[in-house]
Amino acid sequence: MNHRATTVSLLALLSFSTAIGCRRKVEPAPAPSTGAPATSAPTDEAAARRRADSLAAASLAQRRADSIAAANAAANSAEGQRIQAELQNVLRQRVYFDYDKDLLRDDAATLLDAKAAVLLANSAVSLSITGHTDERGTAEYNLALGQRRAAQVKRYLVSKGVSDERLATGSLGDSSPLSNGTDEAAYQQNRRAEFVPRNADRALVRPQP
Amino acid sequence: MRTTARSALCLCALLAASSRLAAQDTASRGVRIGLSYDPGSKPGVVVLPVNGAGADSIRAILSRDLEFGDRVSVITLDAAGSRGAVRAGAPNWPLLARLGAAAAVQVTPTAEGFHLAVYNVATRQTALVRDYAARAAGDARGWRATLHRVADDLEEGMTGTRGIAATRVLFERGRRIWVVDSDGEQATPVSDPGTPASAAWHPDGRSIAYSTYVPSQIVVQEIGGGARVVASGAGVFISPAFAPDGATVLYAHGVDDGVDLYAVPTSGGSARRVSVGRGSDNVSPTFSPDGRRIAFMSGRAGHPEIYTMDADGTNVDLLTPLDLAESAYRASPDWSPDGRLVAFQSRIGGAFQLMTVNLRDRGLRQLTSDGRNEDPSWAPDARHLVFVSDRSGTRQLWVLDAESGRTRQLTRGAAVRLPAWSPRLAN
Repeated sequence: MNHRATTVSLLALLSFSTAIGCRRKVEPAPAPSTGAPATSAPTDEAAARRRADSLAAASLAQRRADSIAAANAAANSAEGQRIQAELQNVLRQRVYFDYDKDLLRDDAATLLDAKAAVLLANSAVSLSITGHTDERGTAEYNLALGQRRAAQVKRYLVSKGVSDERLATGSLGDSSPLSNGTDEAAYQQNRRAEFVPRNADRALVRPQP
Repeated sequence: MRTTARSALCLCALLAASSRLAAQDTASRGVRIGLSYDPGSKPGVVVLPVNGAGADSIRAILSRDLEFGDRVSVITLDAAGSRGAVRAGAPNWPLLARLGAAAAVQVTPTAEGFHLAVYNVATRQTALVRDYAARAAGDARGWRATLHRVADDLEEGMTGTRGIAATRVLFERGRRIWVVDSDGEQATPVSDPGTPASAAWHPDGRSIAYSTYVPSQIVVQEIGGGARVVASGAGVFISPAFAPDGATVLYAHGVDDGVDLYAVPTSGGSARRVSVGRGSDNVSPTFSPDGRRIAFMSGRAGHPEIYTMDADGTNVDLLTPLDLAESAYRASPDWSPDGRLVAFQSRIGGAFQLMTVNLRDRGLRQLTSDGRNEDPSWAPDARHLVFVSDRSGTRQLWVLDAESGRTRQLTRGAAVRLPAWSPRLAN
């Protein structure tokens, strides 16, 4: 802030002195009767130029320093943005299930622990949990299975201290696959719970490690 | 009307083993036809050529209806046969006899609709004459529906069992509920676009119920009319089914503690929980024809199996013999309209196949083996089933005659699922 103010005043000064120099140049030559003005005038002009040059050099140095500071500040802000993105990602990251199961695997529990920490550090945020299945069962049973998966996730988060009313559950069954493949890799992608945070538009607080 | 048709035709007269039919024959006011054919074989029928507006399509629709009914054998005439089958306005009896026809039918378009004549080939007599009022031109569906009723009357007259031509099938395609006639024609969207699934017929055939998953609710809609929500809220609402009296809609619902079956009045009101699944999933209910029992799918044993219970949720019983194989998966039950069987899908060798379980002795029967076959729904004759199969490459509706094993493809085009066969429709 201080730097910036100084820079602005230096620039102003620089342009002011340049203007003075210019004006002098375009002035009509003084009357010869004043005596020896021809020798003194170039000397003044050179001094002014030297002064302007040194001011310009100082300004350039200052600007260079300022741009470094600004870059630092930008880097700081990018770091902040990265953290916010990471927190959003933690809230949104999908968890995956085994075939026809609603049991939480270790990988799912790890992800849910991280979600619980973010939710506990940000009490205004709530989470919609939607269960999905692969296409192998019946459409009707799959809607129920998806709901059971969402409910299982909710139960886990509640067990970690997140309050019940911040967690809504639903199911889309097999209607919204991520992959349209018909092999196990595709099925695994589709057996999942998805998360949509609500009231998470403001900056999130990073949970303390 | 129906009774008259049956007694007048009496082509089933020699089915003396059936006391019901014999009694009707004795009481018959119509012409007694000394029709002779082996019980169990299908009587041969010739659909005679007719003249007039739309005559060819009338004959084609009627022939196909009789063919699809699987109860009579439609004898096809070649060009020469077609020219010679009617002589001077009268059936060519020697030709019909040579073709092995027990009966010949002729439907003539009239100013008011159709004129039907049925001839007994053995006695060379006219067995039935009747006029049908068909809607004015422009109402293709109504016109066809009337013709389908002609086919059903014919089947009932000839075999004692009413046909299923005048029925329709609901299904889901492209996030809409559609309805199609039993012959695969007149496919029309019923619901608005959205997320509808699991359509079910009201017993009166005039309205339907279906679930949507966004938002999560159960909807009742008159066909061609407005929709109203009878149940909604958090969690899921799945697989509605009307009780046989039409007064109640049963459906599956759950939020955070499993999915159970609930009943709500069709006219709206508060829901009452019926099943007690203790955290398990209980979906896809189907009523016995008398409304006293419900078959449904439950995951309470660890994997999906078919159970039955009383309509009030008591006396739960495992219907399908418990299969302990890890891949066991029995689902989508549908109780046959005659009450004898429950059709369902079972995973066999990695793919779903249709099966039936007999309510009396729990005997199992596998009905399909070609491709992935699911979501069976009985026709009102308790003999035909509509189901989803990928045997043609995409998921389409197919119709199976559970007696003969004959199948036919009902839908074509974009993939479909979740069919429901209507009751017999009044008009």
